[in-house]
Amino acid sequence: MRARDLPAALYLLAAAVFIFLPVAVLVLFSFQEGMLPVPPFRGPSLHWYQVMLGDRRLLAALSNSVVVGVLSSLAATALGFLAAYGLARRRPRWQGAARFVLMAPLTVSYLIIGMGLLIAFNDLGLGRSLLSVGIGHVVINLPLAFAIVYSQLGEHQANVERAAQDLGASDLQAVLLVTVPMLWPTLLAAFFIAFTLSWDEFVIAFLLSRFDVTLPVVIWSLLRTGLNPELNAAGTFVFAISIALFLAVEFLIRRGRRNA
Amino acid sequence: MPEPLVRLRGIAKRYDGIEAVAPLDLDIAAGEFVVLLGPSGSGKTTILSMLGGFTEPSAGAILIGGRDVTGLAPARRPTATVFQDYALFPHMSVRANVAFGLAMRKVAAPERLRRADEMLHLVGLEGLGDRGVHQLSGGQRQRVALARAIAVEPQLLLLDEPLGALDLALRRQMQEELVRIQKRLGTTFVHVTHDQEEAMTIADRIVLLNRGRIEDVGPPARVYLRPASLFAATFMGESNVIAGRVLAAGPGPAGEGAAAEGAARVETPFGPMTVSGRAVAGDTVTLCLRPEQLRLVRLGADDIRLGQVLVTALSFQGAHLRVHAVAPGADLLLRLPADADVAVGATIEVFARPADLVMLRR
Repeated sequence: MRARDLPAALYLLAAAVFIFLPVAVLVLFSFQEGMLPVPPFRGPSLHWYQVMLGDRRLLAALSNSVVVGVLSSLAATALGFLAAYGLARRRPRWQGAARFVLMAPLTVSYLIIGMGLLIAFNDLGLGRSLLSVGIGHVVINLPLAFAIVYSQLGEHQANVERAAQDLGASDLQAVLLVTVPMLWPTLLAAFFIAFTLSWDEFVIAFLLSRFDVTLPVVIWSLLRTGLNPELNAAGTFVFAISIALFLAVEFLIRRGRRNA
Repeated sequence: MPEPLVRLRGIAKRYDGIEAVAPLDLDIAAGEFVVLLGPSGSGKTTILSMLGGFTEPSAGAILIGGRDVTGLAPARRPTATVFQDYALFPHMSVRANVAFGLAMRKVAAPERLRRADEMLHLVGLEGLGDRGVHQLSGGQRQRVALARAIAVEPQLLLLDEPLGALDLALRRQMQEELVRIQKRLGTTFVHVTHDQEEAMTIADRIVLLNRGRIEDVGPPARVYLRPASLFAATFMGESNVIAGRVLAAGPGPAGEGAAAEGAARVETPFGPMTVSGRAVAGDTVTLCLRPEQLRLVRLGADDIRLGQVLVTALSFQGAHLRVHAVAPGADLLLRLPADADVAVGATIEVFARPADLVMLRR
């Protein structure tokens, strides 16, 4: 490293510390032995993880989060794939307009989406429930899934599908036997990205849930009763799952690129 | 002539008012190896795509085996295509790729795997059936694409520049193998390429295309030696193009084959010469001569003497010498034997056989 690179390196280090220090502190004090997640650090101890795993409210929220995340991500990936496939292969005249409408939710804040859905669901008599939260998460994740799949449907993939049809496959057979298996890494990546976003999404989950809530909502309500290393443990757990999913996506994208 | 396998009748394709293929007719006999040859944008790939059912013609009809297939989907045509980028199924083994078409035809698993291995043997890939597509080289992928297409026993095999991505040595080898496989199967092949050497190597018949129109159709030797148009003369290898004007025209000397169709006396920068072919006195014509048809010695009594020319450039090309020369009023390109006694700056005397001259109307 040359001397004139030193300020840049220091700046990078400062930025990294600024971003990751709070996370590091959160993780560190989840292993605290005492009652307060503040210095001095005493431990390490898994006491608060034990408490967390015995907390029925947290565990219920955890399983709610998994159910909402898996189902909404499956729905978003499936719908995103169908939209991308239809637009890329059928090339309708209104393709540009359709793409704009599909991507538009990305530009709307979660607060607006949540409020809009809340009003709409109330009018429809659907009310607030985990189903409503799941629908909200499909709304925010469908544009991403669409964009990810659409970017992978190039002319080469179209030729591979044509080859399948040329050899006697029906449209449905070509999609099921060739397109979906060929896009498998892409579809998994879209699913995991959608799940990661659903997993720690708070605003929509807060606005649209009632008695059954997701993990971020429970953590928020626990925060109101004061600081507690159990929350650090729960936060660390959420963070660890997100990191694991992020690494899975990276791996899949790399593999997809190698196979392209 | 027996009923041709394929008949294109007035087939045409327009994209947004631009004519990619002008209405054209073409018959292809069963068992024939036809090459659609032309520069990019000549419409050759569009014609192939219309044969395969991937592009809908704007006008005209396509008959295969006497049946009108114009509106049929690719799956329902007796055709199979080898794509330019091979379009192999990346998630399947080599054997599963080759067996895919048979699986779609509901051939039982043991039978289709046996047939797939047979096809792999035919294309020289025996033993590689369990490999993944990504473990293969470009040439091997090309062979898998071929095996996959012929496994369904199409009446008509369509090849879209299949050798374009291969290096020269491999391309030559694959050309020979394509011909071997085609003769062995007896399947009708339609092959698209922009490489005129490849076309001459493999084709029974060349269809030369330019700007969506057929410029010339015929066996390679005929198209090369007696091109039907100036484009054919210059695209199919190099040609010396000599401008001329018809002084007099009339019937040719009786009983001399090609010359029997007529003969003309043509004024050129090299002096007047007699050329076979139909013409009208006063017409402006173009005379074409291949570089290797120019010689330094008079071989026959009726040889045309083009006169003294000055050698301006010379390059050794292994099997021959490529020579640029200037004469009053025209430049000439010669291909002389590698041991010819010429040097830059030297003056040489050049002759040509009258039968080699091709007269084309302007």
